[in-house]
Amino acid sequence: MFNYNYIMETISMIEKESLDIRTITMGISLLDCISDDGQVCRNRIYEKITRKAEKLVATGDLIEKEYGIPIINKRISVTPISLIAQACKDTDYVKFAEILDKAAITVGVNFIGGFSSLVHKGYTKGDEILIRSIPEALNVTERVCSSVNIGSTKTGINMDAVKQMGTIISETARLTADRDGLGCAKLVVFANAVEDNPFMAGAFHGIGEPDSVINVGVSGPGVVKVALESCKGEPFDVVSDTIKKTAFKITRMGQLVAAEASKRLDVPFGIVDLSLAPTPAVGDSIARILEEMGLEACGAPGTTAALALLNDAVKKGGVMASSHVGGLSGAFIPISEDEGMINAVKIGALNIEKLEAMTCVCSVGLDMIAIPGKTPPETISAIIADEAAIGVINNKTTAVRIIPVFGKDVGDEVVFGGLLGNAPVMAVNPFSSKLFIERGGRIPAPIHSMKN
Amino acid sequence: MRAVITVIGKDKIGIIAGVTTILADNQINILDISQTILQDFFTMVMIVDTEKCQMKFEDLQNRLRAKGEEIGLSIRIQHEDIFNSMHNI
Repeated sequence: MFNYNYIMETISMIEKESLDIRTITMGISLLDCISDDGQVCRNRIYEKITRKAEKLVATGDLIEKEYGIPIINKRISVTPISLIAQACKDTDYVKFAEILDKAAITVGVNFIGGFSSLVHKGYTKGDEILIRSIPEALNVTERVCSSVNIGSTKTGINMDAVKQMGTIISETARLTADRDGLGCAKLVVFANAVEDNPFMAGAFHGIGEPDSVINVGVSGPGVVKVALESCKGEPFDVVSDTIKKTAFKITRMGQLVAAEASKRLDVPFGIVDLSLAPTPAVGDSIARILEEMGLEACGAPGTTAALALLNDAVKKGGVMASSHVGGLSGAFIPISEDEGMINAVKIGALNIEKLEAMTCVCSVGLDMIAIPGKTPPETISAIIADEAAIGVINNKTTAVRIIPVFGKDVGDEVVFGGLLGNAPVMAVNPFSSKLFIERGGRIPAPIHSMKN
Repeated sequence: MRAVITVIGKDKIGIIAGVTTILADNQINILDISQTILQDFFTMVMIVDTEKCQMKFEDLQNRLRAKGEEIGLSIRIQHEDIFNSMHNI
């Protein structure tokens, strides 16, 4: 009737191997909040978010208790504010960020994503105002996350936006320098951004989405690591199979929680995001999985191949476990949020160039990387351009979430706390990209984007 | 609903009595029970039916947890679907 071993396996995954549901994210469309009066628009936004998400946190907590599976975060994503705010006459959107922050605090979610702009081909008036407002918005709010999509496989790369985002990141870091540039931890620059991503800081609710939706992100690097410990010395066929089976089980949890949350909140189920998301806790690291495959440290030659295998096997295992898979779905490789990555950087095994190579084979990109505060904005822009090129050419999502830390240099350490963790400041190539970035314009879409 | 109770910890006298008393007091029927002891390490799994239980699930959970703390074991109760969905297609 029941299998004793199965029950113990599940309990062990949760208790000892840090299996959890990383986030239940409710996507909420704000398209019906648009007004030519900024204050009216903001009132509607606050009213809609607090009404739709009123029971989100309580429902998440109840599911957590009943099923005995930790649900770490409850979050909200909204329609990109650049689309919602631009009908009004405001020339600054900081107040929109403030109302999102207030709504997030009222309903008790720890992050709200969607202070966003999609400029992969060009700017509208709303995009211009929103992007200009990002530094101050992230300075004065606590829970608001911002993202900007600057390129896509279909459109190419908007190099004007790439140029501007280097400056915006620098400015955000400067304004939040007293908190080690924390504002930049809440700002993601995307190429090929997805509309149903439940993970922060890059979540927003796409315009192709329904009025509201439940998306779930699972986690479980620790479970994969432990599973691989049982196949030491085995060939990669066995490694891949083991990861697939584990990913299947992890994703089934996500599917169950997503279906249950959707039913109880009476909000349609969107997707389960198959990403393996690490935390700074020991035993919850992607780097340690790669090392378990036989690498002395994450970053050693072979790391990209190991990550490619991991990322692919996670998808293959997860895709059958859920009725709808979406979001970013891959392995995340943030530095500050992964104990093994932090260690690899500290011992000199991992640098930004190797991380860039790794982003070619996984989701999402250069993530949570602290760099010296003296790094010129155009160098940051050039890093964004490189990542965007990887995404655009390989038809995948890439992102840059990089944190210039003013007053700190290579070898210093930055502490963000909580899930954002801590990070050693990493070296950036000192040679200039100034004239390259100053060109502006657009890098055309790649030839293989023309599939029609 | 059907739930799974798991008790894990060092073996001692009265574990089953302690747990089943709480269940009986709250009209919870035991459908299946299985236990093993490996080197003094006690694990027990029970499938129970909480249909007639008047207590809120959360309160029952707290009550069992408190009992566990009292006798030095970990006792948890979870909806059976978490195990079904993970291991059965």
